Amino acid sequence: MSRVGYIAFNTFKETVRDKVLYNLVLFALLMIGSSYVLGRISVYQEVKIIKDLGLAAISVFGMVIAIFIGISLVSKEIEKRTLYSLLPKPISREQFIFGKYLGLCLTLLVNVAVMSTGFYLLLFMMGEPFESGLFKAIGFIYVKLMVLVGVAILFSTFTSPTLAGLFTGFIYVAGYYSSVLKNFDSIVESDFVPRVTAAAYYLLPNFKNFDVKAQAVAGAPLPLSQIAWATAYGLAYVALVLVASVWIFRGRNLK
Amino acid sequence: MKTQSTVIKVRDLTKDYDVGSFSRDKLRALDHLELAVEEGETFGLIGPNGAGKTTTLKLLMGLIYPTAGVATILGKPIGDLEMKSRIGYLPEQPYFYDYLTGRELLEYFGQLFGLGRSERRTRVDELLDKVGMTASGDVPLRKYSKGMTQRLGIAQALINEPKVVFFDEPMSGLDPMGRREMTLLIRELRDSGVTVFFCSHILPDVERLCDRVAILNRGKLVEMGPLDDILKVSIRTIEVEIDNLSEALAAELRGKAREIEKTGSRARIVFARQEDFDAAVGPLTSGGARLVSVTPVKQSLEEHFVAEVSGGEPK
Repeated sequence: MSRVGYIAFNTFKETVRDKVLYNLVLFALLMIGSSYVLGRISVYQEVKIIKDLGLAAISVFGMVIAIFIGISLVSKEIEKRTLYSLLPKPISREQFIFGKYLGLCLTLLVNVAVMSTGFYLLLFMMGEPFESGLFKAIGFIYVKLMVLVGVAILFSTFTSPTLAGLFTGFIYVAGYYSSVLKNFDSIVESDFVPRVTAAAYYLLPNFKNFDVKAQAVAGAPLPLSQIAWATAYGLAYVALVLVASVWIFRGRNLK
Repeated sequence: MKTQSTVIKVRDLTKDYDVGSFSRDKLRALDHLELAVEEGETFGLIGPNGAGKTTTLKLLMGLIYPTAGVATILGKPIGDLEMKSRIGYLPEQPYFYDYLTGRELLEYFGQLFGLGRSERRTRVDELLDKVGMTASGDVPLRKYSKGMTQRLGIAQALINEPKVVFFDEPMSGLDPMGRREMTLLIRELRDSGVTVFFCSHILPDVERLCDRVAILNRGKLVEMGPLDDILKVSIRTIEVEIDNLSEALAAELRGKAREIEKTGSRARIVFARQEDFDAAVGPLTSGGARLVSVTPVKQSLEEHFVAEVSGGEPK
């Protein structure tokens, strides 16, 4: 295994030994389970409600885990001075950032897998056949979480966990409504404002690209081109935020 | 004969810290430091709190960047991965991942040095034994005391069998037994040819262990050199023990000696200066007295250090 791999595996170990993570996953599974009760009281909508709530639970709890753990990954190492003994080892600062990022992605992969298993188990108990559309929707959620972890790490390289959490949360919300920014020129009569909002539109991650829950629940087909585009966009965004994180972290003095 | 080479070279190293987020003022923590450490040396960097010792080590470890100047370790620039694979570092008051056990931490660091599985396990067992932590190796680090963490810190600094080790306050948090073991460990490292660079404010330890020392004060180098040379220049007195000292000889010496203490035919004479002693030796021996012992009384490193540092501005 490479040094990045060892750092990633240690980060994974760090997160899975955190009790908070188990509480979050348990809560997500309870929420998926409770969708069964809600489904029972919704006439003719039983399965749809379970699918809607199940996918929403995976998305929301994945987001909470990504932000909650991601924002402190780097800053906690600086604050607790664990980096003082790690960085003099034969690793570069970029290997540290990539390792931390991959470790959290691995944690999220396991968590999403656990939540998805609970979700599919519930559908199986309802007598529903396996739907690849739902699986693809979960894949989209995972790519979104990968982007979010990248953003959280970026903020974690230069600010406190509290501020990093606020900023990442803001980016998450703004990323869902970034399309509003694109059409600002039709609302505001100004040359300058639409330019700024257009720049913000391209700078913010467009999380709508990963939101195919409604399509998947309705059973509408998800073309390969859409999957490929969203994945490529997500990975390109991750690459950008990681490069920015490395650039910031390389310049930091660890006082 | 093995030729020595310079393993740590520091030239003009300077570090300024920002005083506050909204202030343009800078605090100079290290001021144009120049030093060189030879292969196999045990080198001590001493100074009062805030002298710049830890800043020097952090700069050498690439944890902070210099405002000016350069440093090399084993001929490589700071941050070079090949160089990092040949050094070890114990930070001041180390803190490690508390979700790991001592053994897991050493295993993890061993992985980063590219040690193979069996080599790693052997090395981890050896090191845990060396620092007296075999019984606590599988205990999570959050349950470690300060002394145990310090011992593990020493072990992790040696996981790769380094050529150069940097210890920042290695005796900190250790009980007398631990300090003794650490002293023996540093001697063992020195005997095996490892270059040891350490910062400490426990001066008797530095005096016991170091070949050379550098004294820092307010970021500036005050003095540097072999310990014997530094303390030689500060011989305080020369104490001479004499047998068969006659009253006539004692009277002759009164002008030269600072103190004469006579007990029967024996006497203890204290000379304040080497010249006074040299001038007295001739008359003493020709006058029938017998020299029993001559002891130059040096300043301890602690006394020398206090004298250098309490002077305020460095030389």
